Amino acid sequence: MNIHEYQAKAILRKFGVPVPDGHICYNGASAREWAKRLGEGPWVVKAQIHAGGRGKGGGVKLARSADEVRDIAREMLGMTLRTHQTGPEGKLVTRVLVENGCNIGRELYVSLLVDRATSKVTVMASTEGGMDIEEVAAATPEKIFREAVDPVVGLSSFQCRNLAFSLGLTGKQAARAGSLLQGLYNTFIACDCSLLEINPLVVTREGELLALDAKFGFDDNAMFRHLQIADMRDFDEEDPSEVEASQHDLSYVSLSGNIGCLVNGAGLAMATMDIIKFSGGEPANFLDVGGGATIERVTEAFKIILSDKNVKGILVNIFGGIMKCDVIATGVIEAARQVSLQVPLVVRLEGTNVDKGKELLASSGLNIIAADGMADAAHKIVQAVAALCEVKQ
Amino acid sequence: MSILINKDTKVITQGLGATGLFHANGAREYGTLMVGGVTPGKGGSVIDGFPVYDTVRGAVANTGATASVIYVPPPFAADAIMEAVDAGIGLVICITEGIPVLDMVKVKQFMRGKGSRLIGPNCPGVITPGECKIGIMPGYIHRPGKVGVVSRSGTLTYEAVWQLTGYGLGQSTCVGIGGDPVNGTNHLEVLRMFEEDPDTEAVIMIGEIGGSSEEEGAYFVRDHMTKPVAAYIAGITAPPGKRMGHAGAIISGGKGTAAEKVAVLEECGISVAASPAEMAQALLKIYHPT
Repeated sequence: MNIHEYQAKAILRKFGVPVPDGHICYNGASAREWAKRLGEGPWVVKAQIHAGGRGKGGGVKLARSADEVRDIAREMLGMTLRTHQTGPEGKLVTRVLVENGCNIGRELYVSLLVDRATSKVTVMASTEGGMDIEEVAAATPEKIFREAVDPVVGLSSFQCRNLAFSLGLTGKQAARAGSLLQGLYNTFIACDCSLLEINPLVVTREGELLALDAKFGFDDNAMFRHLQIADMRDFDEEDPSEVEASQHDLSYVSLSGNIGCLVNGAGLAMATMDIIKFSGGEPANFLDVGGGATIERVTEAFKIILSDKNVKGILVNIFGGIMKCDVIATGVIEAARQVSLQVPLVVRLEGTNVDKGKELLASSGLNIIAADGMADAAHKIVQAVAALCEVKQ
Repeated sequence: MSILINKDTKVITQGLGATGLFHANGAREYGTLMVGGVTPGKGGSVIDGFPVYDTVRGAVANTGATASVIYVPPPFAADAIMEAVDAGIGLVICITEGIPVLDMVKVKQFMRGKGSRLIGPNCPGVITPGECKIGIMPGYIHRPGKVGVVSRSGTLTYEAVWQLTGYGLGQSTCVGIGGDPVNGTNHLEVLRMFEEDPDTEAVIMIGEIGGSSEEEGAYFVRDHMTKPVAAYIAGITAPPGKRMGHAGAIISGGKGTAAEKVAVLEECGISVAASPAEMAQALLKIYHPT
């Protein structure tokens, strides 16, 4: 789960991490008023969408007067912002953050994440703030500094010093960096983050440290103990089909192809997408229906797959282990009837009671193409969809 | 022989709720020595013939269990793992999906130097066909034999096993290491066990996008393994930045793509199946059973 920048900064403020003073605004008039209350200017008006790269897309602008704040806010609110992360369709801006500007001296980078190799939280810092950190890591890995944190001890003072001095900070600034890093670590642990990125972390000309931008990722598995954070979820920022799927405990990711897939198990679901591609087709989605593929879940899954207008065929791939194939077949038949399926459907069943399952499919009266094995299934759906597209042309 | 578990492994179930009980019964029917269960507050009772204890310590003292399988719900599962480790259980297999990753960071630290092995979480479990089944996999698809299987995914493991069985190739042990970013045992550690097991002749390693467990395994294969290894990596078509079902199956920062992994595996002399339908065939290219 992700949150907006203004929400991220509110959390950081609570943990004592210095961020610019600012306020979230929903219209031009309030943006003007808040600018005056915040200070003398100049101010920065920042469009609040979840994607990065806002600056280049015109979503971050400097204002010299409160009237200019209002004008910029009016311009941004309601606009569709396109960045390299939003895709060509862009994201609608419904709120802007107005905050005090600062005199930037240097731009640094700090992030925290769970390092899978060491099973520890790792703090990463770099002198190359404001840049794409992946590019920095690729081109100049020596400019990235890392400290792995002992989960019992927490982030140690010496580790903060190691990072601060590596970043070229000395004296008071090094001390300030230490308390800022501690604040970030405390935030990360207290909020069950999966990623916390400050880019850039600026050193102002006055020598202060400020988190100028903040990006949070939260561990979905831990949200049961963070209701306040879970409430910050902005469904408008997410794919509506993925939101719908998550409400039915289905794991769904939409893709750009035209062959929908319905599979049990995440690994097999990925493998099914791959074999469609391998057979010359393009998968429309990832969908893991889970272990208990009941009629209700399979029906919901069909509805979600079919809500994607690009879908020209569906491949069901089930390896029934504990789940019996005849039960799954009944679910598929029922679901296909309920949604009055119009596109070709290929079903591959394997596992317990497979013969019974196949018999049910064959005698259902529905136009279901049965397949033996994954390769056969992928081949058949790709052929069926190709034939359908030809007819339409 | 086999790795991790065999016909003498004594197993307790932590979390004898509906799911735990269902699979405990399934394992017992398969022939596994299921010696009891732990549900705090229900100690002293007997459910479906399984004596129930309040604590893992109590269960170990009374049953001599050497392995534990955990079906405890996610908020309490990390604690259940640590309880099993503290009670001296040598092999802890955690099936539970959805444990917060920072809980697992603590568990990993807690386990350091304690001599227990954790398999999972978010995994199907471990099976030594014909001897012992611990977990949720369907027993009947397996055959006793000489091919080891290690995988991050459940149903994809069944797929591989089914293909092997179809070619008449039995399995020594199949290990599901789980789909979470922080887990107890990685590919490399299981590969090392297979290399040391005299009754394993060849291995299928199944991986997916995210992390670098497969690559570390591949370097071990190149440098230390004498047995043929085939592999399949799921997620060639997975977009970056999206979690593909498993918490650990995500391409982050452009790292952990399937293409990257396949390249490393092939460089290390592993026979990589291009299609998931060809996992057994990929193995048979380099393994000629006698």
